[in-house]
Amino acid sequence: MSRNFKILLLLAAIGIMLIIRRFAIGLGASTALSDGYPLGLWIALDVVVGTALACGGYAVALLVYIFNRGQYHPLVRPAILTSALGYSMAGLSVAIDLGRPWNMWKIPLYFRNWNLNSALLEVALCIMAYVCVLWIELTPAMLKPSRITRFLDRILVWIIALGMLLPTMHQSSLGSLMLLAGPKLHPLWNTPLLPLLFLITCLAMGYAMVVFESAISRRHTALLAVLQKIAVFAGIAFVALRLIDLALRSRLSIAMHLDLYGIIFWIEIVLWLMPAMIANPFRGAMCIALAGGLYRFDTFLVAFQPGPGWHYFPSVSEMFISIGLIALEIAIYIALVKRFPILGGMPAQEHSRVAQAFQPAPRHQETT
Amino acid sequence: MDIDRRSLLKTAAAAATLTIIPAAEARERRVAPSDAVGLLYDTTRCVGCKACVVACKQANEMAPDVDGYGGGLYDAPEGLNEYTKNVIALYREGEEQSFVKKQCMHCIDPACVGACMLGAMHKGAFGVVSYDAAKCVGCRYCETVCPFNVPKFEWSKKAPKIVKCELCRHRLAEGKEPACSEVCPRGAVIFGRYADLLADARERLAKNPGKYVPKIYGERELGGTQVLYLSHVPFEKLGFRFQGEEAVPHVQQSVQHGVYKGFAAPVALYALLGAVMFRNRRRGDSDE
Repeated sequence: MSRNFKILLLLAAIGIMLIIRRFAIGLGASTALSDGYPLGLWIALDVVVGTALACGGYAVALLVYIFNRGQYHPLVRPAILTSALGYSMAGLSVAIDLGRPWNMWKIPLYFRNWNLNSALLEVALCIMAYVCVLWIELTPAMLKPSRITRFLDRILVWIIALGMLLPTMHQSSLGSLMLLAGPKLHPLWNTPLLPLLFLITCLAMGYAMVVFESAISRRHTALLAVLQKIAVFAGIAFVALRLIDLALRSRLSIAMHLDLYGIIFWIEIVLWLMPAMIANPFRGAMCIALAGGLYRFDTFLVAFQPGPGWHYFPSVSEMFISIGLIALEIAIYIALVKRFPILGGMPAQEHSRVAQAFQPAPRHQETT
Repeated sequence: MDIDRRSLLKTAAAAATLTIIPAAEARERRVAPSDAVGLLYDTTRCVGCKACVVACKQANEMAPDVDGYGGGLYDAPEGLNEYTKNVIALYREGEEQSFVKKQCMHCIDPACVGACMLGAMHKGAFGVVSYDAAKCVGCRYCETVCPFNVPKFEWSKKAPKIVKCELCRHRLAEGKEPACSEVCPRGAVIFGRYADLLADARERLAKNPGKYVPKIYGERELGGTQVLYLSHVPFEKLGFRFQGEEAVPHVQQSVQHGVYKGFAAPVALYALLGAVMFRNRRRGDSDE
């Protein structure tokens, strides 16, 4: 075990102990949450930002299967793994954050009580389903061929299609969540376009994360320039939409008012535009991940104004649980890519064949 | 062949846009249910005796809140919280002062009800915004969206519930009125049918020109509330942050219903994704 891996395990262990403590002493004693700020770091960072950073699988799948760019196929499997881990950790964060997690099973099963007006219900159901879809997509890489894998292989097209439908739905609905908090949201962030803006940010962040990871693992670097361009373009589209929307609703003057909110707003905008001027894809991708992360975090926490007298800054426990979960995620990722054929990619001649998309990679490296 | 796919995607995008835009205007303003009841509170009659606060605690078997003033000696809530469903606040600025009663407003079109996944928060009998812990997962999204910051969470408990005024619905079921209005010695808060309360409030405004701010808070605000307020000081000063008339769920549900009308768009998108993938695969096969 390398030293870095040991540090990851240590952080994860601290996180897990604090999670046990949270259930032992309750939410009030272990968090800085309050009736004014009932949602905090775990939701804003681990779920709202975390799942967007885990949208690499969604973004690359769109590129490969819908826009038929087979050359990106080697990126699919590592991206799906990152997504599966990211979404699983987000699900775990929700379970820790919920006050009454023992009622969680009722969300999918009490379908007669479903409130179809609730964007949160849609987010919850879609994320539950998507976590399953992501792990199913990984089974060909992780299980030995059997009757189950052969069956999954046959229906894989429809599972992959589901793997693109579900993020489209719940990532936009994450934006709708704060639309319902409308009056309490700062006017620079409160717009009917929230669902669309959230969808664009998750795609940009998804592509950026694929670039980021590939650059770190020094694989498939030749493919990254185009992904980076897509992310940069999404960022510019995001900024244009946001500014036009504010202008049309006569709110640009609020942005010109350089208080805390105005300054944060412009930091977001600059972070989105900067990657267009950064040649290094690694740095550009980091910038986009940061821009999207900041926008989503701000929408849920910074721009949320419950009224005078309420303050929130995460407790040490909250922070170390978030850090622990991220460390755990990275540790599991490292362990899995060492054990299973994930990073190697697929043979070149099978690029556009969907059904064979997730066949285990051969021992030799790709021929291209 | 590329044109094929592009035109397909364009058609889908156009269809999606077309379904969103008309639906966004379709959601109608809700009206109070026919059996709606509520409260009418009048700042000019309230003397701040807090009898209603005590009565509310007794009727709802709430624990005393000793966290605030008095070092553990007094049940003195500083505001609505997990021990307190009803509270009297004081606003004072120079010569001007007013008490104000705080409890759930029982919105006609409540944000909390729109937020709740399984209907733990729902509009029950008499239009009372009611809570059912059995369907609650403790996500606190109702707290996040409430424009009046009414729902509170039992932060101190390991099996926490949401705490909020339910207009003493257990007493309503027995034919009694809420505890707060029953004990009020000055008639500052009265209970009644929503329509009667509204008529009463209008009459007081008409008969006493200059006594009140010429507005019944809750008649139109945020889609209307079943608890109505008359005040001699501006409502903003009493902590009513929002004066708009649009119900909070209006925008979100218009967008949501536009996109998910009859669940047609997701099904269409799913079919489209599958179809494009099949086509891509066929082309991939024939290339070899």
